[in-house]
Parts: sequence; structure tokens; C-alpha cells
Amino acid sequence: MITQQQLAQLADQVSPMHVIVDADGQILSAGPTLKKLRPDEEWVGQAFFDFFEVSRPRWVHSFQDLLSTAGSKLHMNMRGEPSTGIKGMLAPLPNCGGAFINLSFGISVLEAVQDYDLTSADFAPTDLTIEMLYLVEAKSAAMEASRQLNTRLQGAKIAAEEQAFTDTLTGLKNRRAMDHVLGRLLKSGRDFALMHVDLDFFKQVNDTMGHAAGDAVLQHVAQVMVECTRQTDTTVRVGGDEFVLILDDLTDRKMLRKIAERLIARLEEPIPFEDKLCHISGSAGTSLSTAFEKPDIATMLHQADVALYFAKNAGRAQHFFYSPEMEEEGATGASVSERPKVAE
Amino acid sequence: MHGLINTAIQAFVTSTYGTERWKDVMEHAGLGFTEFEAMLIYPDEQSAKVLVALENVLGRPLADTLEDMGTFLVSNPKAEALRRLLRFGGVTYVEFLHSLDDLPDRARLAVSDLHLPGLELVEQAPGQFDLYCQEGLAGYANVMMGILRAMADDYGDLVILDHAGQREDADVISISLVETQFAEGRVFDLGGRAR
Repeated sequence: MITQQQLAQLADQVSPMHVIVDADGQILSAGPTLKKLRPDEEWVGQAFFDFFEVSRPRWVHSFQDLLSTAGSKLHMNMRGEPSTGIKGMLAPLPNCGGAFINLSFGISVLEAVQDYDLTSADFAPTDLTIEMLYLVEAKSAAMEASRQLNTRLQGAKIAAEEQAFTDTLTGLKNRRAMDHVLGRLLKSGRDFALMHVDLDFFKQVNDTMGHAAGDAVLQHVAQVMVECTRQTDTTVRVGGDEFVLILDDLTDRKMLRKIAERLIARLEEPIPFEDKLCHISGSAGTSLSTAFEKPDIATMLHQADVALYFAKNAGRAQHFFYSPEMEEEGATGASVSERPKVAE
Repeated sequence: MHGLINTAIQAFVTSTYGTERWKDVMEHAGLGFTEFEAMLIYPDEQSAKVLVALENVLGRPLADTLEDMGTFLVSNPKAEALRRLLRFGGVTYVEFLHSLDDLPDRARLAVSDLHLPGLELVEQAPGQFDLYCQEGLAGYANVMMGILRAMADDYGDLVILDHAGQREDADVISISLVETQFAEGRVFDLGGRAR
């Protein structure tokens, strides 16, 4: 049989974080790495519980309790600061009533090496701690490189979206595209009509059936608008449920009214979403470039907006051409988007 | 080739010769871009073109440039993470040398699609080693030479390194350990995570 001293010497090498205690729970020897955790303390002769607080199993309060945990996992914390988390397992020593308690840092090893300034020499060569630290550091470095790539790609994506001309939800043109198309039309000198369309009861769909239903409705509406216009026309989603149709070389009021009526009728057809039906409608206002000697986009958009607001006030699901009297009846003259929305 | 290798070349040239020189190199290589991404994979031909351009633009032998790059990767504060990962290989320079056999596996553990050619250390006599650098990555042995030199400084050991030609399709570097703890070396703090 080896003596307790020989056992301690052996243990210092193979498990430098061990404690050997006698039958009263007094420390007989402690491994060199463990001693580094409380370097100013005299370990030998003190009670095990002076250094460690057992957090699990919860019923461990005395050394006798501790002895009865033999073979199972112990969760502990160092008393005092830093209160490093320690894992352990107790094995009773034969014939003397004492015990050998092997300890390790477990997951708290990252803080522990920092807090106690540990080196490779503090761990047994067979201990995988150093490999784990290597892996943590290598993975963090790789993750950091990936994160930087993601950030740059995200930036590039945002930049690309800002430059894009397409509304990603509906596939229609966006406001930026509208400015381009209108600029081109003005240069060409052709006459055209601007029809500002605003959905009615869309907010209810969003509120009662959720955003997924709202999105489905907008996609359906986009399709309807494309079907109701010619290929040479441009359909723009300018805001949440606001659209502008640019009708190239078309200023005939009868034709435009027909388009608007057909559009509103199609919008009122129930739209299936999952197992329910969504009911919406639309109001529209139109301004014509023929009203100007030299058309001006801001003014034309304003006029279409005024006509739209007039249509909304007239009871929805209607279409109106702009006329100067509307400005007075509109009372405020502010645009639809600046005003709080009419309650629906 | 893995973007990490390409960005290593880029970081070395940019730090040592400046951004303009790097742009010259990339212009010369004619790839249509100037910045590599560390976490993307690039065709091998692109890296080959960069190395040719590097030799032409800098006007010095590529082998010398690559060896300097190896030194840069260990000694430059910007590449501190790599130096730390290498230092995990061992407490002494000799332990570090023995850990080189595992280097390709360690690299793959960190970045699963990073494939480095094999390394094999043969101890000829005490303090006398041959490192076999397997083929598969142009200039690998040159870069390793620079890394071995810089790591010796890092541990504070004095070594003599030499290209010992080709054997069994591998480039061989001979390493003679002249004196351990020759100089102070740099501190390696386990918990001192590289930033």
C-alpha cells in the first residue's frame, strides 16, 4: 500500500487540481494548480468547506453528506472572490474514512485561466483544457472573420436595395423608378395621365388578419393593376397601400374613367387568403399633363393626390379627375400622406 | 484557395508596402477586384496570378517575399490571433515543432474548409530536425520558413534554418536548435485572448 504522502505526490502530477481530506473533512493535501486559486491560504489543515461551497446536490451541508455523494458529479463555487465555479467528484479512500476529491473548472475554465493567470504547465498533459482553449480561440477568430464578412455583405445588400428600382414585396416599380420614368416622359414631350390609387379597408385586413394577409393582398393588388393597364404604362407602389399609375400617351377622359372603374371593380373582388376572404376596395384620383403648358411633376402628383382625397371623402370606391375647385373643398389642401388617414 | 490565405498575402503586402502597391499587384493580376474576403473560397488560378504579379511588381524573388510573409504572420500585432494559436502548440519551441504534424488538422478544426498540406517533423539528432512540407500549396515551404524563424524569436530560442531541397515530393527545411532560452522571448498568456 502506498502512503498518503506518496498518493499526494502522485496526484500532484496526474491531477493537479485534487484535494485529499481526512475523515473529519480536513484537508491533508491539495494539488499545485488548486493552490494557485487561493495562493495566500495555508490549505493543509483547513476544512474542505472553508474553501468550497457545494451548490448541487442541494442537500449537501456536512462532510458526511459530501461523503455520500461518492461517484456523482458535484457543482461547487470557491468561497471568496473570485467565486469560480468548480466541478468535482469524490472517491472515498479505503480504510481511513477520508476521501480523494478530484476537481476541474468545467465551463468556467475561460475565466479561470484569466483570473488566476494559469499556464499550460498548470494542466496535466492528458487534460484537454489547452485543446479546448485553443478551439475556443480559433473558433472565435473564425467567427469574427465571418461576422465581418456578413456585415460587409449586409452593407452591400442595403446599398443595392437603395439603388434598385423594384419594390421587393410586389415586384412593381418603386418611387425612385417613378422619378426616372416621369423625367423621361417629360423630356419626350408626350402627354400622359397620373392616377393615384389608395386602397380602402386595407388597414382592417392588416389589423384583423395579420401582416401576412396584408402582404398577400398587396401582391394580389399589384397583379390586378398590371392586368388593368397596358404594357407601356408604369405601375408604382409609392407607399404602404398607395399606388401611382403612369399612363403613357393616354389623356382621354372616357378611356381613363373606364380603366379606373374596371380597376376598382377588380379590387372589390374578394381575395382569398388561407381559408378566409379579404375584402378591400380602392379610391383613385387622376391628373392630366394636358392641363399644363409645361407639365411639372410635383404639381401633377399634388393634383392627383387632391383628386384622390376628394374621391375618399365622396364615399370611397370612386374615381375623380382633378379640378381646381377641389382645392377649396379639400379644406386643408394638404396631401393625403401628410394628413392623418381618414378613419376606415 | 481559401480566402484566409489570400487575405494573408493582402495583409502582408498592404502593411509592408502600402495600399497603393497592393492595388498595383491586383491590377497586374487582372482579377477585376482588389480586396479578398477571408471567409470566401477563390479559384486556385486567382491566387497563382496574384503571386506572379507580386513577384513582378515588387521586383524581388517570390521565395524571399513569402518568407517575409511568414515572419509577418507571427510577429505583426495585426495577426496576433494566429501567433496565439501557434503558441498553443507547446510550452517550448521543440514542443511547438512537434505540434506542426497536427497543424493542418488544427487548422481544419478551426475553419473546416481550410486545407493545408501535411507537415512532418523528423528528429535527426537532439536539436536537429527536418520538416517535410508536402506539396499542394505553392510557396508553402517558404512561408513555413518565415513562420519557424519568427516563432523561434517568439520563444526566445536561437535556431538555424535551411532549405534542404526536395525529398519524396516534399520540400524539406532543416532546423538546428543552437540555444534554448537564448533571448527573452514573448509572453504567452493563456487567458489573454487576442483581439
